[in-house]
Amino acid sequence: MSSIPSSVVDADSECLIGGASEAFLRRRAFWNRVAAWLLFAAAAASVLVTIGIVYVLIRDSIPFFEQVPLSEFLTDTQWTPVFKNAHFGVMTLVSATLTVAGIALAVAIPAGLGLAIFLSEYANPKLREAVKPFLELLEGVPTVVYGFFALLFLTPMLQTVIPGLSGFNLLAPGLVMGIMILPYTASVSEDAMRSVPMGLREAGYALGFSRFRVAAQVVIPAALSGITAAFILGMSRAVGETMVVAIAAGQNPNFGFNPLEGAATITAYIVQMAMGDLPHGSIAYQSVFAAGLVLFLITLLFNLIGFYLRRRFREVY
Amino acid sequence: MATSSLANAQIESARIVAVNRRADLLMASIGILVLAIATLLLASVFVGLLASGWDRLINPDFYTHFPSRHPQQAGIISAIVGSSLVMLVTAVIAIPLGVAAGLYLEEYAPKNWLTDLIEINVSNLAGVPSIIYGLLALGLFVYAFSLGETILTAGLTLALLILPVIIVATREAVRSIPLELREAAYGLGADKWQVVRMYVLPAARPGIFTGVIVGLARAIGEAAPLITIGALTFIAFLPSPPVQATPPFVNFDWLTSPFTAMPIQLFNWVSRPQAEFHVNAAATGVVLMVMTLAMNALAIYVRLRLRRLHR
Repeated sequence: MSSIPSSVVDADSECLIGGASEAFLRRRAFWNRVAAWLLFAAAAASVLVTIGIVYVLIRDSIPFFEQVPLSEFLTDTQWTPVFKNAHFGVMTLVSATLTVAGIALAVAIPAGLGLAIFLSEYANPKLREAVKPFLELLEGVPTVVYGFFALLFLTPMLQTVIPGLSGFNLLAPGLVMGIMILPYTASVSEDAMRSVPMGLREAGYALGFSRFRVAAQVVIPAALSGITAAFILGMSRAVGETMVVAIAAGQNPNFGFNPLEGAATITAYIVQMAMGDLPHGSIAYQSVFAAGLVLFLITLLFNLIGFYLRRRFREVY
Repeated sequence: MATSSLANAQIESARIVAVNRRADLLMASIGILVLAIATLLLASVFVGLLASGWDRLINPDFYTHFPSRHPQQAGIISAIVGSSLVMLVTAVIAIPLGVAAGLYLEEYAPKNWLTDLIEINVSNLAGVPSIIYGLLALGLFVYAFSLGETILTAGLTLALLILPVIIVATREAVRSIPLELREAAYGLGADKWQVVRMYVLPAARPGIFTGVIVGLARAIGEAAPLITIGALTFIAFLPSPPVQATPPFVNFDWLTSPFTAMPIQLFNWVSRPQAEFHVNAAATGVVLMVMTLAMNALAIYVRLRLRRLHR
């Protein structure tokens, strides 16, 4: 075997008629091991990204919390980091963030649920196959474009109906965000509904239920954890969404839940500070990371609950 | 007596049928209504942008001029070049890394706590807001690694952002390849890496391609992380070109150049009070939307064709 010249059984040749040289086999085993390690390294690198995020957020927040006590951070209702008499009440930003996300959910829950029921229980497969790519297209629209739309089209339109609406407000970005997360929430809840076994539906029909009653009393209860997961994950997206609020919600940190006024969300604050020249190491610079840490923790909480619920509905069926 | 109760039962069941039919009709119309509103919104966003940005869109200067204080002379050449170069860096980093990680998780990973950790980590990364990636880049790449506010930093940041998209697409593509293909290759004496390299990867290529396109379409429209690392909005020069006529023909100076990108330019123009700049913003929005919609449509087309081939 070792008499076969190595040029005949090159490492890249696909078939090895008459066996392979020892040198070739050794080379092959070597590359096999190297490849396995390289692929593992790539997968492990994704963990480094998370570690990097947590490290940066905590490292740059620590000096901030040395100057601002946590109690003040969580209870103060003013956020004026660049004023002489600086206040750091993060709830100011959180209140605006939750208001926008709440409006988005108020749009996305009924619309997403209605669409999901329609697609999973009513639409024929052909229509469903046509609608899903369309939802993906909707999801692909850049968020800056939605921001532009909220500020320059939707807000003036709403102002003709609601006279007290400010030029910057939380209502328009909230409504737009609701449409933005609609494709995602609808497709995740539809997946949950479709994974409900056919037998449960058939049992309902055998009892004389209508489609609507099967959907409302059999499918939705059975898929409830998956549907809840869809909306919690959608909420997490709305909380972390940046450009729509940075463009259309204004940059005034106001504590409160009034959707008709403008207010800075956590993400809008980060953008606003990044647009100006932040002196590296100043308290304003550190406050950006403290706000980022709060945002990360809120979305992490929503994501973990969402993943847990999604996993549960997958395990049952 | 008996006949009347029978008649009552008939009336009752007719009533139930009518109520049910009404409920079904209501549900179906809600579904169609939501679809119609979503379609209308997408159309009105696009038509609205097109109508307000038309004057600039049909002017060739818009595509060849640098940003300017005068809205009628401002163009997006530096944004187009910046976006393209950033995408180049993103693709070069994210594709090999994401495909490798996806292959590992699907083909190699043993069932243990480490694999679980990596899987949970990937699905969590997909849910991390994009602006947090910007903060990661600001704290790590810009300051700790001293890469500065450059094309390299931006490309790296967006690569990390779309990594989960590519990993998930690779996994789905690899999972859909029949086991028999692998077994046939093993039967011919191939070892694991040969099976993966010569059979699994080529068969998964269309699925991976779809994920890459969707990921890049997301990256090209992303503004928040680039603003956070300090992308500039007024760039009146182009980075040195990556290829040149004299040896060594390639040139990496552009990696360390400051940059702007299309979504950044749009954000800058929409934030200005003068309505003339909003026209430029609308025109940029049309260009951006056409690009992302075209990329997503390509990905959907590839996937549909793939599904038809499988049948």
